[in-house]
Amino acid sequence: MRPATAGAPLLELEGITKRFPGVVANDRVDFDVRPGEVHTLLGENGAGKSTLMKILYGLYQADEGEIRLRGEPVTIESPSDAIEQGIGMIHQHFMLVPTLTVAENVALGLPSGRRLMQDLSPVQQRIRELSEIYGLAVDPDAYIWQLAVGERQRVEIMKAIYRDVSLLILDEPTSVLTPAEVEDLFVTLRQMTDGGRGLVFISHKLHEVMSLSDRITVLRGGRVTGRTVPSETSREQLAHMMVGREVRLAPNRSESDVADARLAISALEVLGDRGTPAVTGFDLEVRSGEVVGIAGVSGNGQRELAEALAGLRPVASGTVVMNGVDTTTKTPKEIRRLGVSYIPEERMRDGAIGEFSVAENLILTSHDLPPTSRRGFLNFKEIETGCSDLVRRFTVKTPSLETPTSNLSGGNIQKLIIARELSGEPEVLIASQPTRGVDIGAAEYIHTVLMDQRAGGIAILLISEDLDEVIGLSDRIAVMFEGRIMGTLGQEEATVQRLGLLMAGVSEGEE
Amino acid sequence: MLAVLGANPMTGYAALLDGAFGGAKNLANSALKAMPLLLVGVGITIAFRAGVINIGGEGQIIAGAILSTLFVLGFPDVPSFILLPLTFLVGAMGGAIWGGMAGVLKSYARVNEILSTIMLNIIAVQILNLLLRGPLMDPGEIVKGSRIPHTERLSGNADLPILPGGTRLHLGVLVAVLMAVACYFLLFRTTQGLRLRAVGHNPFASRYAGMSVKRNVVLAFMYSGAMCGMAGVTLVFGSEGHRLATDGGATTFTGAAGFNGIVAALFGGLHPLWTIPASFLFGALLVGANAMQRAVQVPAALILALNGLVVVFVVGSMYARTRLARTASESREQGEGSDSRSPERSGDPEPRNPP
Repeated sequence: MRPATAGAPLLELEGITKRFPGVVANDRVDFDVRPGEVHTLLGENGAGKSTLMKILYGLYQADEGEIRLRGEPVTIESPSDAIEQGIGMIHQHFMLVPTLTVAENVALGLPSGRRLMQDLSPVQQRIRELSEIYGLAVDPDAYIWQLAVGERQRVEIMKAIYRDVSLLILDEPTSVLTPAEVEDLFVTLRQMTDGGRGLVFISHKLHEVMSLSDRITVLRGGRVTGRTVPSETSREQLAHMMVGREVRLAPNRSESDVADARLAISALEVLGDRGTPAVTGFDLEVRSGEVVGIAGVSGNGQRELAEALAGLRPVASGTVVMNGVDTTTKTPKEIRRLGVSYIPEERMRDGAIGEFSVAENLILTSHDLPPTSRRGFLNFKEIETGCSDLVRRFTVKTPSLETPTSNLSGGNIQKLIIARELSGEPEVLIASQPTRGVDIGAAEYIHTVLMDQRAGGIAILLISEDLDEVIGLSDRIAVMFEGRIMGTLGQEEATVQRLGLLMAGVSEGEE
Repeated sequence: MLAVLGANPMTGYAALLDGAFGGAKNLANSALKAMPLLLVGVGITIAFRAGVINIGGEGQIIAGAILSTLFVLGFPDVPSFILLPLTFLVGAMGGAIWGGMAGVLKSYARVNEILSTIMLNIIAVQILNLLLRGPLMDPGEIVKGSRIPHTERLSGNADLPILPGGTRLHLGVLVAVLMAVACYFLLFRTTQGLRLRAVGHNPFASRYAGMSVKRNVVLAFMYSGAMCGMAGVTLVFGSEGHRLATDGGATTFTGAAGFNGIVAALFGGLHPLWTIPASFLFGALLVGANAMQRAVQVPAALILALNGLVVVFVVGSMYARTRLARTASESREQGEGSDSRSPERSGDPEPRNPP
């Protein structure tokens, strides 16, 4: 870790307070960035990171407090003000127009040299120069839709460099990258700070925070709960500051009796949304009492695999046998009745109905089975007792069973889904990104639940992009790349480095 | 608006209110006007709740009317207490078949339901006109040579009995209210209703939970069509002439109930029970509009336009309210974690296409 660069701060936020009806999103927050440093803002969902950055970027106005840029007080009323002041922001979801080229995207919103007419040749020229200086491989003539996510992110960074920002905010920039791409990104970011720029890095991946940051500020409930530097802290300490209590980052793994195969996939081929193969030649077996992890960068066929197993996507060829029954061509309902549960990746799209009440979502998959239903009618008394029980057992925080589910936090919605999926006492569980976007407390709880289920003899297929999660929970880890298994590692031999190589499509022999 | 047309607004509105609500007779007329709106409105509510838009009320009314008329023509001598329920059942079947076609087209051929229901409306009208000019025409009309396109007077056993109280209120009004309550139970108390609403809110999650989106879309259209078909029954067997008639054009005998019912449903917030007062109010406005026309010589068309404005404002205000509620809840969550929320649906009648 390099020492923080001394000197006058580039940016100072002093006593920033922002209130929303019923809640203080930022409570007298002080934050500053010096030229040439990476200052990380760490906190859980709802801690106030995004609000603070939105104030800085002109999307919100602070109720109290002062923003100073290079010592001068400024008011930032809109994103265009922010851009004018040299502040850039890279959002978690890329702000690029897929049907335009890289150069066109970079030039978007900038005044053109000629009036009305577009002249992109100087833009292209400049992009090539900057590519060389920063080692950012970007082809100005490529269309955005042709680019992979990692490349798209380089375009976003190019946009910021092109505009010559002095302060760049990166909101969870690594969520879609492989470990190798993350390393490349960090090299580029370091080059940017060497040029005297200041960076605000927002992330909840603790190992990345530890390796990139010069300084770390932790927010919780809108307040600053800790300021530190990586050399003086640990991941456990950071998690403690974020959550406000002791957190077990690695779940307790006990021995469990591994028995017969509950899920057997052989030579599976599944087509993606565009009709091209998304999963090919896929063989895997999960036995009871075992967690098999599927690691990989998103978009390498994991979603299609999970959907095919759940019966939501037709299997092109190959077979799936669950609990001894061939489910290759079975409907989602038939598969569920065989004791297969599925925690879907997109919880608000597939897992729950936002407008439905907590109770209605809890019975969604069992609504037509007794005791929930009696001769076609819903049995509200049973639903009430059954659901209160589930809510209590899985510590779902909700004001009532009638509360619309969309009013709950992401972590609680996920707990609700897990409660429902485990209520039927399944024998096979397919868990897709079970802790994505949920707070550390809920994630810790979900991990414990999964481990309990494993001990109880369920076969669990865990699909996750979070390497720490996969390594921490799985007995074996298969890495998926372009629809295939690149390699399978046992729990003891799996390291972030080895998995990272496989995730990038490098098989073990080529190392 | 009335003042611009040179009429005294106070007199006009007084006439409207009196015509709609003044006395038992006018109240009864409003209720009679509301009856088909309520049945259609309840049907539309089911479809909307299941995430599909049924513009085919007109066609389903006609289909129900034709099939029930054929049934009564075939069995005129069955005693009333058996014939009446069967007539409603047959009418409901007619509507369900007509509606179900749109559902099947949507689920299995990906035909947009707005398109198919409108086309099915046109087809139903033409079949009706064809039948009434040909095989179903009152033999008496052919003898007389006047050739008015309507059927003979249908069996008196199928006349909807007039309710006691000295007004023109008949059994159809009771049936309509009963069906509204029944549909409330269907939607909110049964497993089938849960499936319909689940599919309407989120077809992805419904499919994931093991429901068949396609099947439920077809079912929604059939329930919806059945309600409209029953509206057709009340319009035929509760009419003054006790026969199926047409004006030869596109509106036939329905009085546009298939479209006005949509308004009543939206006015009632797409809730079967709220559709009862909503359609009564709308029926009253229709009746009152005629009274107003007589009182101040303003075209009834204007009143209909006013009705339109009222509906736009009411529906608009509901949307604004949900928007406000949403903004408030969003700021409560500090504007973070936006992944945990899906777009509010209540104010937005756009259907989501099932996968």
